[in-house]
Amino acid sequence: MISPLVYDVAHLLAGGMVLVSFMLLYQDRMHGLLNVFALHAVILALSVSWEAYIQDAPHLFITAAIALIVKAIIIPLALHRIVRRLNIHRSVETVVGIGPTMLAGMGLVALSMALMLRVTSAADALARQDLAFALSVVLLGLLMMVSRRNAVSQVVGLMSIENGLILAATGAKGMPLVVEISVAFSVLVAFIVIGIFLFRIRERFDTVDMQALDRFRGESQ
Amino acid sequence: MALITNFLVQGGQMLAVLLLAPLLTGLVRKVKARLLRRRGPPVLQPYRDLLRLIRKEAVVADNASWLFRVAPYLIFAATWVAAALVPTFATGLMFSWSADLIVVVALLGSARFFLALAGMDVGTSFGGIGASREVMIASLAEPAMIMVVFTLALIAGSTQLSTVAGYMMSGDVGLRVSLGLALVALIMVAIAENARIPVDNPATHLELTMVHEAMVLEYSGRHLAVIEAAAFLKLLLYVSLIGAVFTPWGVAQAGSGPAAYAVGVAAYVVKLAIGGILLAIFEIAIAKMRVFRVPEFLGAALMLALLAALLMFMTRSL
Repeated sequence: MISPLVYDVAHLLAGGMVLVSFMLLYQDRMHGLLNVFALHAVILALSVSWEAYIQDAPHLFITAAIALIVKAIIIPLALHRIVRRLNIHRSVETVVGIGPTMLAGMGLVALSMALMLRVTSAADALARQDLAFALSVVLLGLLMMVSRRNAVSQVVGLMSIENGLILAATGAKGMPLVVEISVAFSVLVAFIVIGIFLFRIRERFDTVDMQALDRFRGESQ
Repeated sequence: MALITNFLVQGGQMLAVLLLAPLLTGLVRKVKARLLRRRGPPVLQPYRDLLRLIRKEAVVADNASWLFRVAPYLIFAATWVAAALVPTFATGLMFSWSADLIVVVALLGSARFFLALAGMDVGTSFGGIGASREVMIASLAEPAMIMVVFTLALIAGSTQLSTVAGYMMSGDVGLRVSLGLALVALIMVAIAENARIPVDNPATHLELTMVHEAMVLEYSGRHLAVIEAAAFLKLLLYVSLIGAVFTPWGVAQAGSGPAAYAVGVAAYVVKLAIGGILLAIFEIAIAKMRVFRVPEFLGAALMLALLAALLMFMTRSL
């Protein structure tokens, strides 16, 4: 039986991640977006350390440290640099308005809860809520990737999906440390590749607006 | 005997909210002025304004209908009843059985309905834009408020205010992210409903920005006094509501002795003062937003409240 406090703190931190995912969707300025993303990673690190503490699994502290150092400090700082270098301090253009995006996000959260509560009826309450919230964070990250045009905010969406995956993995008990470290490094590598791509895209098309790519693929006139 | 005590406490509460409401507004104005390094009017100024307005002659436009004259009293009555239902210094009042959160929302909604009608009644353009903006704000603030009510009802198992306050005082609430989200959403709704700064400026008569003032522009004399008193009461109501639900410490339980009531009154006055000072600090720290950005602000409140209700479905009793 889980004590109420253990559950409540886990609920608070995981719920906080869902909330920060919504803040990512709401935020329409580049630098603000990157700061909120750093906050997302900080809450992930807190949540993972809480899981490490209650599950008595010290290797999860390493996961938390990786999340804190790589995703809350290095990647946001690098993205800030890229944004300044690309000279895109202006607002993020969204494909649809903020209101409909928020409503769609609400629908996704409700969907993931309805789904996870039904699928994981055998697991304990803590794992169930972690899985449900993690699925919401992943779906919200996907929503962010499809609703934004700017390549940098799509990168932020991708990284927040990865945060959701780590939340799910720590909640489900038993992700080996090797996997976690390799995931962290692949994220870093992906980030470097994406960073190079951003500059290449801009060199080629003079913009990081993804709509410019549609025209070159012949999808729209 | 118990009946008489209950009656006295309920009557005391009705009088207290009426008497304290202008003081709260005066305090907010004074603190704001001091923070801007102005001397500001004395804290008791709203009482003097009300007295002066009551003694003045009421000027009514030629084409005003009976509704224009009746509306101020309807608005005042609905707001006063709503304010008297919120448990301020004691729970378990005589009218507690009817002190339901949904009733409070409905009373405020009907007050707003009459205010918007009165704004449009004379047919000036200011009244019209004021009414249309007020209704636009309300159409977003009210769903957010209802979602906050649902969240509280899911947590406490009742929409009755004294039950909610009692549940919040008992230790089994725990740490809940939903409560924090509901609190933020309720504060945002309260700011919008009371025409405070990021949404509307209560001190302006600049026609591009005003909402509440535009609707009451045609009123004068005792009608204006009653409408102003209703606005003071509404601010007090929201501060008391937030205090009763989220910080219910010190509130006297039903049937407790005079000492408990004294503690309750003292705690209530302190809560009001803290609420007023925080509101003033918030107002000077932030700029007024454009009218077209208000839907985004209230949309965020609605979103927070909806998220709070959704997160409530993940409980430890699963």
